[in-house]
This record gives sequence, C-alpha cells and structure tokens, in this order.
Amino acid sequence: MERIYMDYGASTPVDKEVIEEMMPYFDKFYGNPSSIHSFGREAFDAVEESRKKIADIICANEDEMVFTSGGTESDNLAIKGIAFRNKKKRGSKGTHIITSAIEHPGVLTTCKYMEKIGFNVKYLPVDKHGLIDIKELEDAISKDTFLITIMFANNEIGTIEPMEKIGKIAKEHDVIFHTDAVQAVGKVPIDVNKLNIDLLALSSHKIYGPKGAGALYVRNGVKLQTIVHGGGLEKGLRSSTYNTPGVVGLGKACELGKIRIKKDMVYLKNLRDMLIKDILKIEESYLNGHPEKRLVNNAHFRFTAIEGESLNLMLDGKGIAAATGSACSSKKLQASHVLLAIGLKPEEAHGSLRLTLGRMNTKEDVEYVVEVLPEIVQNLRNMSPLWNR
Amino acid sequence: MDEQYTEMVKDHFFNPRNVGEIKDADGVGTVGNPICGDVMTIYIKVKDEIIIDIKFKTFGCAAAIATSSILTGMAKGKMLDEALKITRDDVANELGGLPAIKLHCSNLAADALREAIKDYRKKNKR
Repeated sequence: MERIYMDYGASTPVDKEVIEEMMPYFDKFYGNPSSIHSFGREAFDAVEESRKKIADIICANEDEMVFTSGGTESDNLAIKGIAFRNKKKRGSKGTHIITSAIEHPGVLTTCKYMEKIGFNVKYLPVDKHGLIDIKELEDAISKDTFLITIMFANNEIGTIEPMEKIGKIAKEHDVIFHTDAVQAVGKVPIDVNKLNIDLLALSSHKIYGPKGAGALYVRNGVKLQTIVHGGGLEKGLRSSTYNTPGVVGLGKACELGKIRIKKDMVYLKNLRDMLIKDILKIEESYLNGHPEKRLVNNAHFRFTAIEGESLNLMLDGKGIAAATGSACSSKKLQASHVLLAIGLKPEEAHGSLRLTLGRMNTKEDVEYVVEVLPEIVQNLRNMSPLWNR
Repeated sequence: MDEQYTEMVKDHFFNPRNVGEIKDADGVGTVGNPICGDVMTIYIKVKDEIIIDIKFKTFGCAAAIATSSILTGMAKGKMLDEALKITRDDVANELGGLPAIKLHCSNLAADALREAIKDYRKKNKR
C-alpha cells in the first residue's frame, strides 16, 4: 500500500543534502570540538560554521546562538535561565511571567513548574482562532513582570501570534520576550531584531534536520543562568560535548530552509488551501485555527459526532499519517488544552484532525486524502449514536 | 507492548460486526458520555430469554468500537442470565488484551449490554 505522510508538524524526514553533510562527522571528523588538536579543530570549525547558518535563518548574530538538544530544552533554558538570573539580580522585579494558554508543553509545563517554586504566571486566554489579545497582554504586565513567553505559531492549530506587537510591548515595558518558534522556523520569515525577540527556541527535526538537535537564540546582553552545569561550553550556558553531526545537520537544514523558504511557502500554502477547501465540503466539518494567520502547512479540522483516534487509525489503515487533539489518543486522556482554550467543548475537541504538510507532499497526496476522508468520516458517523441523520 | 492495539482489536475496529440499530428492539442500553469521548448503545432482540439479535452504535476510540463489536458476538445466542455474567475483563481478554490506559475508559460494552437487558426486563415485567 502506498503511504502518505501528512504529519510534518510532528517530525520531518531528514533532507538528503543534510544527511550528506552530516556523514563525515560520525567517523571522519570525530574529534571533540573542544580539543586543541587538529581533530578537535576541524570539528570546531564545522560547529562554528553551522552556528552562522543557524543564526542566519532568524537574522541573528552567530554569537547569539546556544546549541541544545531541541525545542523543549531551549524553552527550559530560556524560561528557567532568565527567571533564576533575574531573581538574583532584580529583586522584586523577577516574580511574574506572562504566557498564553495554548503553549507547547515545553513552555506550559515549565511555567507550571515555575509556579510551584514560587513564581507567578499569567496564562493569557486566546480567542476562537487562537490569537492572544494585545490589550490583555499589556494590561497583564506589572512591575514584577520580567518575562513574556508566547509561541510564534501554534503547533496544533497553526495560528500565528502577533509577534511584532508583542515584541514592541515587551520592549516598551523593559520585559524579556521569549518565543517558542519551533513550528514557525522555515515557514515564516523571522527577523529577531525587527520583532524585538530576546530569546527564541528552534528545533532541527521540524525543518528536515536530525532529531536531538536544537538551539536557543539569546540576544546579546541578555543574561541567563545555566540549567546544565558542566564543563562550561556555550559561554557556560549549556555544557555537554557538542553533538557535532547534529549541529552540522541543523546548520545545513537552516541553510536550506533559508534558501527555500519563499518557494516552500507558496507551494505549501497552495496544497493547504486545496485540503481546506475540499475537506470543508464534508457535512458538519469545521476548520480550527485562524483562516489567514496560520502556518502555510497546517490544516486542522473537527468533525461532529466522531472521535479523532478512530479517525486517525482509519486514515492509517488507508496509509495516511495524520494527528489529532482527541483525549483518547493522549497519554493523559485529556482533550487538547489548545482546543479547549479556543472554546471548543470536550466533545467537539474529540473529533479533531491535524494534517501538516511538507516539502515531499504532492498535489496527488492531497487528492488522495480528500478522496478517502469523506468515506471514513461517513463510516464512523454511521457507527456513531451521536449522529442521527 | 500493551501500549499498542492487538491484531484482534484492529480486526474488530476495521471490520466491526453487528453495527447498526434494531428499530423494534426489545431492550436498549446506552452508557458513556460524549465529554469523555465514548458513548455506546446496545440494541437487543429477545426470544424465550435468549438474545436472538444484537446490534451496537458507538462513538469513541478504536478500543470502544472493538469492544462493542466483540461483545455483540459474545452475547448473541446467550441466555439473558448468562449474558449478564459477561464482564469488562471477559471482553478485554476476548480481544487479546487492551492497552492499560484504555481498560477503564473505553471498555464499556458489557455495561451497555447489562443496561439493555435491564431495559428489556423492565418493559417485560409480568
């Protein structure tokens, strides 16, 4: 059976050019980049070359990038790093964090932890499209606020938050602005200076790079407390021997991302809009997220009277890989906090389907999905006691 | 790997047996809650204390659908008193097991059957 992957929001295949670039760093240039000998130096050069490429995709300087193991670690370093540093330095200004209700667990769970250890966190609500309210953000800022952490684009429903406005407000109030940009990098042009972003988390495996690599952008002058103590790498911010192949892979992925972003955006948006247009022809189907301010590769739906895990398994039975925010597919058996935050009832959140497109998807893939999906939805509805038509 | 669905679960999910309604059912039982993500209705036709026909409708995950499907097969042809003895564990075992996380939330078919039998007996009190 032919298989179609439409879960690029979960992970992407590593680009062949990225693999090629990485290969020599496993067995040819295997020295520790921190070593003084020639083996170390050649690995060091590769790491530093990659640092430039990674910085470049968000218009940052190379000395502003810290390597991590991925998006979640970057979020942890950003939030804890700034919080611990600020508490020491700033006295009372250093107790209040503002975030949104729809953050990725990398931010959300970290914020919950910060509350446990004595910080105050404001979780901004979002509207039915998943957007925060700028006025509400500004009103939430107090003299104790030291950090705003709001995601660039939502991983489930694809809504793109008003980064430029948030950055402006953060700057006006002298508050550090962190954003989890894991889903946005490579799909939205990002300029950290133009957007006044101080800290930005990015991940390699969402942009056709290897898993286990990521980075945190730290604006020059912003001071963090490390959360990984050790040999003092990355200006003491993140010890642990460099993952040279991972860093090189991330670097190449960013380089390709920067070159391809314009083409990718047009191509993906076109496929996405085809998906949305045809899937919404299904009776009682709805688009979740914002109609325009959404990632070019994200299409997120809900269908009345059916459950998302069943829907995804049925699609899997037809070779289609997708995702859902249904409680039944989560480890905690709770409906997605994002879908609840945009005002869906739990029973509505159950019937959700996320399709995230990528470079390897074709028009034929989209045609196959929109051909197969209506029948699956109908079959499940015929089985459902909640569908009385 | 009890995190994954067994082949038997997948078979009953992809090819569910006895799906549908019985318009002139002798007993109907519904359990579950759409908020939790599982609702199932069991319809039975009874003759001389024997379940001669049984159908189901289920909203829910693969485990909910597969347990409904296999239960209808287990109950069909059984005396009501025998059918009442079918437990959630029996249903899960018949499917070769369920992921631990699904054992309680989605394994409601036996409960729905009991409700249907209760409904039948209530209607046929002499």
